[in-house]
Amino acid sequence: MLDKTGIAKRIAQELQNGWYVNLGIGIPTLVANYIPEGIEVEFQSENGVLGMGPFPFEGEEDADLINAGKQTITVREGASFFDSATSFAMIRGQHVQLTVLGAMEVSQNGDIANWKIPEKMVKGMGGAMDLVASADNIIVAMMHSNKAGVSKILKECTLPLTGVGCVKKVVTELAVLEIKNGKFHLIERAPGVSVEEIVSKTEGDLVVPEFVPEMQL
Amino acid sequence: MNKVVKNVEEALIGVEDGMTLMIGGFGLCGIPENSIAELVKKGTKNLTCISNNAGVDDFGLGLLLQTKQIKKMISSYVGENDEFESQMLAGELEVDLIPQGSLAERCRAGGAGIPAFFTPAGYGTEVAEGKEVRIYNGKPHILEEALTADFAIVKAWKGDTEGNLVFKATAMNFNPMMAMAGKITVAEVEELVPAGQLDPNHIHTPGIFVQRIFKGEKFEKRIEQRTTRKK
Repeated sequence: MLDKTGIAKRIAQELQNGWYVNLGIGIPTLVANYIPEGIEVEFQSENGVLGMGPFPFEGEEDADLINAGKQTITVREGASFFDSATSFAMIRGQHVQLTVLGAMEVSQNGDIANWKIPEKMVKGMGGAMDLVASADNIIVAMMHSNKAGVSKILKECTLPLTGVGCVKKVVTELAVLEIKNGKFHLIERAPGVSVEEIVSKTEGDLVVPEFVPEMQL
Repeated sequence: MNKVVKNVEEALIGVEDGMTLMIGGFGLCGIPENSIAELVKKGTKNLTCISNNAGVDDFGLGLLLQTKQIKKMISSYVGENDEFESQMLAGELEVDLIPQGSLAERCRAGGAGIPAFFTPAGYGTEVAEGKEVRIYNGKPHILEEALTADFAIVKAWKGDTEGNLVFKATAMNFNPMMAMAGKITVAEVEELVPAGQLDPNHIHTPGIFVQRIFKGEKFEKRIEQRTTRKK
């Protein structure tokens, strides 16, 4: 089974040279720490920065320089700043090649729910609806089931949706899944995880090939 | 044209109960701190505030929530504010949550004379309820309408006497679009310089969008999530 770092490492393997990438809050943010050697990507944060670098050294934080998670950041050489309309023009206009974000639920037709739990959590969608509606390539980083063991990989989402039919790939602590033709397809299993465990924790329809390779991290 | 006003009191003359205000900023970054403090002092009530976020409990728009001066918030993310949540759940505060990109574009459209536009964001979700849907390039889009405000209150790094503005880093965020969409736009700046001191090549918001400009007395610039690494 993978921890959060493992999920981030596996997603980092999907990065391709020259891509502009938007990383959501939580596990997706960690992906930036595991960029494969020889791969050059640039990170966009939707509050208005391209070319995001690591966190600043202690004492060098700048209140005017944050990411979409409101964390203090730095920028790399060649970075740029822009307003929110321009930022979402990049996203909606499909100039960003990959979006990685977290989810509370995904369904087998690629629906995603990650912004609201009625009467419990109403924080707002932020940029998530724009991102999922526009990006061609969306990878969801999430846990396969909740703490009570209830699957979050579903036939249909139960929570209010963030977007419909948009998720193509999901990386969990147990597996890499692809979504095609209204079904989940098991692509890889996490080290030490059996196909049976993945099947038992997947509520949605899951296509399992004869041989399921283990992730190489 | 000289847009300079003496101070924040003069900048906010004419802000009245029941008005719609756009307030620039993302989180606590790039918010017009001095104007928010003045609104608290003025006690203006029943405000509709269009702002990406609602501040935190004791800073930013959170201050206006504490004093219950806000009737309605139009935002994309309001997660960091307990006061907000309790007022909303108690039904004391109306809330319209809008996808962030749609919010930005609706402000831009409002300032640019475009009454509405189609966007894919929110299709198939509760955001789309009651909105016209059209298929473009094989993909469903929803109709979103422009936003304008009685006053847009923005914060810039530098400004000149003509109202030209320059923003710093990610403190730019919603400020340029909101500056365009206010019937009256008030800009508070850290540095106010004479016309000619800012390079015209580097102006982010041309002065035509700004009616009043003043130098903010004090900028606390609070950091919401201080994240660092060790040297």
